[in-house]
Amino acid sequence: MNELEVFRQETRAWLEANCPASMRTPMPSDEMVWGGRTVEFKHEDQRLWFERMRDKGWFCPDWPVEYGGGGLSPQQVAILDAEMRRLHCRPPQINLGIWMLGPVLLEFASEQQKQQFLPPMAGGEIRWCQGFSEPNAGSDLASLRTSAVVDGEDFVVNGTKIWTSYGNKSDWMYALVRTGPMEPKQAGISLIVLDMASPGVTVSPIDLISGKSSFCQVFFDNVRVPRSQLIGELNGGWPLGKALLQHERSAMSKFSESALPTHFDLGEFLGKYLASPQTTAETVLQQRAVVCLMQEESFRLTNQRIYQTLRARQDASGLMAIAKLVHTEQERSKFELLLEIMGNHAMGWQGEGFDQRELDLTGAWLMSFAQTIAGGSSEVQLNVIAKRVLGLPEAK
Amino acid sequence: MSLVYNEDQLQLQDSARDFLSARSPASVQRAIRDQDIAAGYDAGVWQSMLDLGWSAVAFSEADGGLDFGFAGFAPLFEEIGRHLGASPLLSSIVLCGGLIEQLGSEQQRQQRLPQLISGELRLALALEENARHAPEAIQLEARRDGDGWVLSGEKTWVADAREADGWLVVARESEGRCGVFHVRADQAGVQTSARSMIDSRNMAALRLDQVRVAADDRLGSNDAGKALDLVLDWGRACLAAELLGMSETAFSMTVEYLKTRVQFGVPIGSFQALQHRAARLYADLQLARSSMMAAFAQLDRPGGDDRERRRLVSLAKWQAGQVAQRVSNEAIQMHGGIGVTDEYDLGLFLKRMRMAQNQLGNSDYHCQRYSDNRSA
Ligand SMILES: Cc1cc2nc3c(=O)[nH]c(=O)nc-3n(C[C@H](O)[C@H](O)[C@H](O)COP(=O)(O)OP(=O)(O)OC[C@H]3O[C@@H](n4cnc5c(N)ncnc54)[C@H](O)[C@@H]3O)c2cc1C
Repeated sequence: MNELEVFRQETRAWLEANCPASMRTPMPSDEMVWGGRTVEFKHEDQRLWFERMRDKGWFCPDWPVEYGGGGLSPQQVAILDAEMRRLHCRPPQINLGIWMLGPVLLEFASEQQKQQFLPPMAGGEIRWCQGFSEPNAGSDLASLRTSAVVDGEDFVVNGTKIWTSYGNKSDWMYALVRTGPMEPKQAGISLIVLDMASPGVTVSPIDLISGKSSFCQVFFDNVRVPRSQLIGELNGGWPLGKALLQHERSAMSKFSESALPTHFDLGEFLGKYLASPQTTAETVLQQRAVVCLMQEESFRLTNQRIYQTLRARQDASGLMAIAKLVHTEQERSKFELLLEIMGNHAMGWQGEGFDQRELDLTGAWLMSFAQTIAGGSSEVQLNVIAKRVLGLPEAK
Repeated sequence: MSLVYNEDQLQLQDSARDFLSARSPASVQRAIRDQDIAAGYDAGVWQSMLDLGWSAVAFSEADGGLDFGFAGFAPLFEEIGRHLGASPLLSSIVLCGGLIEQLGSEQQRQQRLPQLISGELRLALALEENARHAPEAIQLEARRDGDGWVLSGEKTWVADAREADGWLVVARESEGRCGVFHVRADQAGVQTSARSMIDSRNMAALRLDQVRVAADDRLGSNDAGKALDLVLDWGRACLAAELLGMSETAFSMTVEYLKTRVQFGVPIGSFQALQHRAARLYADLQLARSSMMAAFAQLDRPGGDDRERRRLVSLAKWQAGQVAQRVSNEAIQMHGGIGVTDEYDLGLFLKRMRMAQNQLGNSDYHCQRYSDNRSA
């Protein structure tokens, strides 16, 4: 037996012994566990599972052991993922910091910063949010204006960030700020990290069309941030921010895989909500549902193809450029179709007369609108494909 | 399941590309049309394909083949699509060869397959009887007569039927059984009538009036339904690859045009309205390619599940048909007036695409079949 096979056997045995049975069931949206200063557990099994995985270093299995990671090779991580999927293990915690900021710190932060920030992240002790967008800097992120002015050993930060996901529940933020007001747009931006409990930080949640939400606007009023919390060079934040956004796509897909109730079986819904015998119009709905399923399967295959292309050391950049666009648009049209199939059952807001899945669906449908905007809107994705993949010329 | 070409497939693709761009560019397709060549392909090009071993790719060595696996046809048909290469590779080798391999007795295979692979024998599959693909609705009748059989009925769309040495005729026997019969071109009672189609290739209707064939002309002795279903899937996968090749070519012609055509003082490719449409087509093409690759991977999987195969092949043919439709329409629109001239090659692609979309099942057909074969 080769080493990887040994690792597989051991991992399987460990998971079977340590993942409580209740953590191998589908996760309702309100049972997600978020790492952070205060971790809320709904029941004891959640705590056990969280602590056991943490102690293995398997919140970030691929990170070096010295920073609290599991020290696994990419092949071992793939095995761990596969074994967890096989047993239907829930993710022990959700932590966007690990998936997005972590890799950037590993690559660009100073040794002292790594020592300071990575172990608590890997231990699920700090919850992170992303402060990039501003009211006047969305797709055109480089026009951001929140300023950080050097004053002694600190930066003094003023301005506002918007759409900050989980801004009200996070302990720390990584933010792009303007440190060079005279420099050209991209060249005056720095990446800093800051404690949300700092004096002068206020957070106000924004309600979305899907209801109460954890999307926030964050205000900075003379917030002092130690200069030691600058990541990378002064005015060198733009490339780091772009590197971070590269990780956003995979973070979002990990997140939605585990957190969003998007796995509705269309076939089952058709059986439940369509009358029988069917009218011609209902047959058309049937056909549209099949088309939806075919598109989804083609997308799943495309994801596998991305993985195989990378493994074969061939160029996958074009394929990767379409993934976010295709996935979010497919999801949105699937929900629109479900709405048509389910009629009023898909339009319940709360309370009696609707089962939980129907209400989840309403929420997921409304959230699907945000997915084609967040993380680079569909139009921005199309621009990227047109210019970088197809090489079409810039508009004059 | 491999969704990217391996070294062998890439090599085959390179050599196919070199050969087709030298010997069978779109201008050859144009010449076939303008000279009204009844066979619908260039005999010299076909002979070279045979010499290159294309007809032997998928057959076992025992049957006179190269044992490369069915996956060899993916790059070949892709390149055939890219260059609009016309040949009887699909009709005679993939479909008829496939049926002989799947249904024939040892002796029938030995008599026919080597000849088919060498090109000495060219057969065409006589299947369709309706406006649209409907392999379940065969009515042409096969009646036992002493030792042999008597065939009567009509076949409406037989690709590459003219100038073939014979046809494999799918017929209905008593009790609904399905049989495949080898009918020779010179046999009494067969009448062919040419159909001139938009792609200028070879199409004909067949009328069989009390055609007598020997017992040995029936392939094997079992019901042919299951083998027919499998072999038609081979054909569908090849058509999906051909459609994808055509679509990618029409798409890259269009992207090129967007970069070079100047209006309002700028390349039209700098207009965002056109950029976004092109970017969407690119994404569609990727979904179609992933599906096509999955279908071929499934066809080469030993002991693979039938439902899985049907589902993946129908997905591939559906996606390829959809993307061909969108790409051809958008390609012509984005070319403006030049796109609708006969002189420009896009029209040839459009016409062949629609034929291939329709052949062995259009989008509706494969949507239904995908649905029927989904795992519960
Ligand atoms: C649910 C959600 C969560 C988010 N979470 C975070 C977060 O945690 N942290 C964070 O920093 N940000 C977050 N965002 C912000 C997100 O990144 C921005 O919303 C996004 O970048 C778009 O910016 P905007 O909303 O200002 O829209 P705008 O940029 O103003 O866009 C408006 C419209 O114009 C189009 N448009 C803009 N530029 C172009 C162009 N060049 N060509 C064609 N069309 C164009 C857009 O596609 C869109 O349709 C989140 C957003 C949402 C919806």
